[in-house]
Amino acid sequence: MKVGNYIVLITFFVLMIYASLGFPNRGDANARMHQEKSLAGSINAPSYYIHYAERDDHTPNMVTVILADYRSYDTLGEETVILTAGLICFLLLRKKRTANDQK
Amino acid sequence: MIRNEDNPIVGLVSRIVSPFIMLFALYIIFHGHYSPGGGFQGGTMLAASLLLIRLAMGSEIAQLQFKRSWGTPLGSIGVLIYFATGFTAMLMGGTFLNYEFLSLSEIASHTRSIGVLLVEIGVGLAVMGILVAIYDDLLEGDPDV
Repeated sequence: MKVGNYIVLITFFVLMIYASLGFPNRGDANARMHQEKSLAGSINAPSYYIHYAERDDHTPNMVTVILADYRSYDTLGEETVILTAGLICFLLLRKKRTANDQK
Repeated sequence: MIRNEDNPIVGLVSRIVSPFIMLFALYIIFHGHYSPGGGFQGGTMLAASLLLIRLAMGSEIAQLQFKRSWGTPLGSIGVLIYFATGFTAMLMGGTFLNYEFLSLSEIASHTRSIGVLLVEIGVGLAVMGILVAIYDDLLEGDPDV
């Protein structure tokens, strides 16, 4: 059983390394994601953000616009994760103590 | 063991520094449109200013500033502010989290800017409340605090 786990882990490790070999180099200007148009001919997301972030939100900080407006579902999810972590701490740590107190 | 709250210098310095940390945290939240920062960073610094008092003066004295039972409700209120902003936009005819439909201003881009600010306030409140709540939960029942 243990050997099987290691075989699965090593297989996934090798697969990940193999898949990462197909990535474009960092800063490669010819990479698909760095080009202005996507394959379908529409404007690519990064160049859209750079061109229109300030026009859309009247905000010079592009990161804030992406975080809270274009990707606001993602931020809502992050916040929910934080709340869940707090609630789990509350449930695990507080309830155990009240149970001990009653004994 | 030397208790922290017996040391007047640590207590005094942290009592002086804590409001300035809070002020800077509010600056980070509300100036996030123009400089690096935003809800997560500002909320963490707000929590840091509260935890500084808790560490230096002891949890019992810090109850005067921020009660143990406030953390989790404040976190929930923060998430509710975020969700309510998106849901209000939906009720006013737009899609979920499309701030343009909040109609807080004449110009669409200004409305979106205010919507982003509301969302950041919600994030800051949630992060602050939850971080303080986790600290209090971990120290629950510790006789030495």
